[in-house]
Amino acid sequence: MSYLTSIGSYAIMIKEVFKKPVKWRIMKSLILKEIDELMYGSLGIVIFISFFIGAVVTIQTAINLTNPIIPKNLIGFTARQSIILEFSPTFVSIIMAGKVGSYITSSIGTMRVTEQIDALEVMGVNALNYLVFPKIVAMLFYPFVIAISMFVGIVGGWIAGVFGGFLTNAEFSEGLQIDFKPFQVVYAFIKTLVFAWILATVPSFHGFYMKGGALEVGKASTTSFVWTSVLIVVMNYLLTQLLLN
Amino acid sequence: MIEVKDIHKSFGDTNVLKGITATFKKGKTNLIIGQSGSGKTVFLKCLLGLFSPEEGSIAYDGRDYAKLSGDERRDLRQEMGMVFQGSALFDSMTVEGNVMFPLDMFTKKSKSEKQERVDFVLKRVNLLEARDRFPSQISGGMQKRVAIARAIVMNPKYLFCDEPNSGLDPKTATLIDNLIQEITEEYDITTVINTHDMNSVMEIGEKIIFLKDGLKEWEGTKNEIFKTDNKAVTGFVYSSELFEKVRKMYVEERN
Repeated sequence: MSYLTSIGSYAIMIKEVFKKPVKWRIMKSLILKEIDELMYGSLGIVIFISFFIGAVVTIQTAINLTNPIIPKNLIGFTARQSIILEFSPTFVSIIMAGKVGSYITSSIGTMRVTEQIDALEVMGVNALNYLVFPKIVAMLFYPFVIAISMFVGIVGGWIAGVFGGFLTNAEFSEGLQIDFKPFQVVYAFIKTLVFAWILATVPSFHGFYMKGGALEVGKASTTSFVWTSVLIVVMNYLLTQLLLN
Repeated sequence: MIEVKDIHKSFGDTNVLKGITATFKKGKTNLIIGQSGSGKTVFLKCLLGLFSPEEGSIAYDGRDYAKLSGDERRDLRQEMGMVFQGSALFDSMTVEGNVMFPLDMFTKKSKSEKQERVDFVLKRVNLLEARDRFPSQISGGMQKRVAIARAIVMNPKYLFCDEPNSGLDPKTATLIDNLIQEITEEYDITTVINTHDMNSVMEIGEKIIFLKDGLKEWEGTKNEIFKTDNKAVTGFVYSSELFEKVRKMYVEERN
């Protein structure tokens, strides 16, 4: 029953987010601030993790391909497929659920605890539009972050593979181009947009409707991370079934 | 003037407000007092329109809140100022940003007009020098003054304060009380203050409503509260040893 109530409250929240918009002049600055906080602020960790995961995927594949009949360009192919199809869109999103999601829940939750949301509502400001809408718009730039993650991951794989002596530059490049289906990139970005929506709205929901004090802000951040990750994993499965099957 | 008629509010099976009727006059500081759990905060939130009562009505200068359209309610909200218990200042904005916020949101004034208004209210609460500081960089008393400045910057008709003195030393608390009373008189505002600070009652209680278990138990002025025989009120007022001593002195003097 409580799950149904939460789903209902989430739907009402989404409806409210798009009602009674704040003046565009103010909204513009809020959106730019959120792009800076949520997207630009996440680039460092995304680039760092993507580089090393790309490198590790390549090394792991190279080490496990011991059969001399299997061409070495398969290492590049596997790295490309792993990074584009799963690592960048899905696993980076789960990392972002920890970084961006926790930030969103704790910042909105703290505003709730310190009555700043009440202050907005008393003034007649649509608090949901003021707080959540800029985050949704900022997260529309999330595919750019994932594109960077894909590129850096492949670069990491290339450096680890070629400079680690596992395969040649030509073999890696050939592997990257084997059986390339552009729709797989489209699929990855469709997933990314769905995850962006989850990353913006689910943590906002947990922050906005939290009750209690500082301890509950911490608990709400944890709950938000769990539910955001669960939804990303479930949606990943459903979208893969729908788009690739 | 705010007229409250027989309002009821419950949460689940718990009846918090069980039929309160009261009138809050313009240019007066009206105090709502009572023990924790008496329904003060819920009552104040009903006055602010944050909670909708299940029964009864609240009229602001004749405008029944329940009968107003969404836009009319939004316009009415802009006539209200609120000072929260914890000040509720926006952490990410400076003192000036906090005070400027309602003007940016709801007015079409030019930048210079808005700046002029912000300077005026900051000067009124004696905080011009702190304009560029963030809430975390100023004292609790200064935060309360910023909250008052933000509440009055739109020239409100109604000012609501939830425990404006909580967490403040007695000297700063008196300063805040006096500031609220001066502003109420100067701008002819209907002010409603939620408090359980007896010093505030003594200082600015032009009209006092005592709530007990969701009902209005007593109503009067700061002079009348020390003469009443209502046991619930005397039990509340004289729970402080200091006030009990004052009462004894008063009784001795009278005899």
